[in-house]
Amino acid sequence: MPTMTMIQALNSALDVMLAKDPDVLVFGEDIGYFGGVFRVTEGLQKKHGQTRCFDSPIGEAGLVAAAIGMGAYGLRPIVEIQFADYIYPAYDQIVSEAARIRYRSAGEFHVPLTIRTPYGGGIYGGQTHSQSPEALFTHVAGLKTVVPSNPYDAKGLLISAIEDDDPVIFLEPKRLYNGPFDGHHDKAVTPWAKHKLSEVPDGHYAVPLGKAAVARAGSAVTVLTYGTMVHVAIAAAEETGIDAEVVDLRTLMPIDIETIVRSVQKTGRCVVAHEATLTSGFGAELCALVQEHCFWHLEAPIERVAGWDTPYPHAFEWDYFPGPKRLADGLKRALEN
Amino acid sequence: MRNRSTLSLRIPQPHRRPGDKPDFSTIAIPPAGSLERPATDANHRDLIPYAYGLIRVLNEDHKAVGAWNPRLDPAVLIKGLRDMVLTRAFDDRMVRVQRQGKISFYVKSTGEEATAVAFANAIEKNDMCFPSYRQQGFLIARGCPLVEMMCQCFSNARDPMKGRQLPVLYSFREYGYFTISGNLGTQAPQAVGWAMASAYKGDDRIAVTFIGEGTTAEGDFHHALNFAAVYRAPVILNVVNNQWAISSFSGMAGGDETTFASRAIGYGLPGLRVDGNDYLAVYAAAQWAAERARANLGATVIELFTYRAEGHSTSDDPSRYRPSDEWRAWPLGDPIDRLKNHLIAIGAWSEKQHQALIDEAVTLVRETQRETESIGTLADGSRAPVSAMFEDVFAEMPWHIAEQKKAAGA
Repeated sequence: MPTMTMIQALNSALDVMLAKDPDVLVFGEDIGYFGGVFRVTEGLQKKHGQTRCFDSPIGEAGLVAAAIGMGAYGLRPIVEIQFADYIYPAYDQIVSEAARIRYRSAGEFHVPLTIRTPYGGGIYGGQTHSQSPEALFTHVAGLKTVVPSNPYDAKGLLISAIEDDDPVIFLEPKRLYNGPFDGHHDKAVTPWAKHKLSEVPDGHYAVPLGKAAVARAGSAVTVLTYGTMVHVAIAAAEETGIDAEVVDLRTLMPIDIETIVRSVQKTGRCVVAHEATLTSGFGAELCALVQEHCFWHLEAPIERVAGWDTPYPHAFEWDYFPGPKRLADGLKRALEN
Repeated sequence: MRNRSTLSLRIPQPHRRPGDKPDFSTIAIPPAGSLERPATDANHRDLIPYAYGLIRVLNEDHKAVGAWNPRLDPAVLIKGLRDMVLTRAFDDRMVRVQRQGKISFYVKSTGEEATAVAFANAIEKNDMCFPSYRQQGFLIARGCPLVEMMCQCFSNARDPMKGRQLPVLYSFREYGYFTISGNLGTQAPQAVGWAMASAYKGDDRIAVTFIGEGTTAEGDFHHALNFAAVYRAPVILNVVNNQWAISSFSGMAGGDETTFASRAIGYGLPGLRVDGNDYLAVYAAAQWAAERARANLGATVIELFTYRAEGHSTSDDPSRYRPSDEWRAWPLGDPIDRLKNHLIAIGAWSEKQHQALIDEAVTLVRETQRETESIGTLADGSRAPVSAMFEDVFAEMPWHIAEQKKAAGA
């Protein structure tokens, strides 16, 4: 089985879907001839043609709106927003339009749109290239939100997102594009090739939306997380010797409540972790769900480990990023009571 | 020390306010027939004068004159007249129904019926429309059953939108009419995307969209023009300049500085400014732009110059912000009267026939209301089942919405 980086896996998903379905097309800023600033669409225009994979003007609202119109026609568009930090000009088109068209037209029209966008920190991108805006989308009725944490899932989830008949926000943890990053920024970069989940089949396969995965089995405490933080959580468990079960949520909306409940009922303790700012983050929703579904199984308060409630600061990358030390502290607090 | 002039902030003001005598003397009205009709493959640079002029066909003697005369068969014109009369009768009735408390809200198109009706009749049946909330004339011209429209406004058990949308925010896929958003201008770049898809698939259908002049101030309008130009999308981008956006006059969107058709110029698109109360001129401009789009020559921006005769909606009183009799002074008249007078002038119509047409429309609308009310009204408790509130959020209902549906007892 070939190994792939997350970039190669995402590229493979787009390649497979372009080949499989003539109604699939891909567009966004710098993604055609050039192949995208992170190289996810490299070679696709050459292979599939100019009208299947092409550049868009710098106008996020316009490109999402155009994709909505294409979806209404019957195509299955995929757009790239170059950084999640640039998605806000398109927010009205996503929230008031893409998410609502099936509902408001009573099913006459729908938008099978996938919006791919790199998100998260760890690359010294400062506040305009590091944000984690997932909660702005999980809060919106009618949107699905997906976050992969490894190449195998990235490809299978992206194929599912493209084949899904509803709009999907597909957040790609950019720090994981080239290797599994566990938050130890001072250590040498590990390549994906050494990770089991970099084995990616060439052809079509799907990882279903709405299903979490247990990334590390354990019995002492459950960590609910996604994206880059999956690797940080695994590192924190290994380094502290705390037998944490790390649940990689993979899809935030709709959430896989069964896997969450099964794990928390087993461990009786729970840590919720994400890079995004703490207050009103998706972790707040996770805490509420665990409290509602598992209250009588909890032996300690639920702990949250998250980004600080500040903009993402350039010179304080590792003070801001909730790395393995902060996660280890969270695990310990969850075990104290 | 230099002497510097003091800066001052300009806040645009309409020329007339309540109590003032209506005055449209600043609006230049060129004679009908004074503009040539350029070839539909003309270079956009050669079309710049059309963004500042005014395409007009019907003259003061009710004759169709000049190169833009679409030379339509009287039967085609009578169909357009009927559609406009029916639209006006429908609007009048629905406002009365709203005043009776039977529906929550309504938006009339009175005075600007020609913009939507002529367009619908000039383009092909299967071309796609991305409307704003004032193009009910388009639906009526395409033969959408009035009872379907009325059930939507009544939010009753047969409301095709299942009670989810405000009255008039229709969606009629069967009639090529996209679901209307309450957020302004979002449909314009969507229409461009639809047109791009049509071109991508090698289809021959085009898209047409309508926004008001006030909405040209939204970013989405500019995205629409830029994307349409860049990808040469087969789309017609209409700006219905009815002078008023709720209480904001067209100058608040930049109308005092330039025409709305001229917005096209910076994007390298043709812009046509058209007498929106002249059925023949609107029809001819629509034909021109459709022919150009179908020839793979891309988009056209059309400013349809008209006047919103009534309030923005049933929620505002226009006499609070403009002279109440302003419409009577509108120099481009009433689109229904002008088409009627033209048909009479060419011997294809009479006052008697016209009165019969109005009576027929009023009767049809009244009968439709009776039929609609026999199905039910929201006020009487007739509506879609509460379970419909939870459906169509997604293609398949996820567990959390299913739980909420259960909790709601639906």
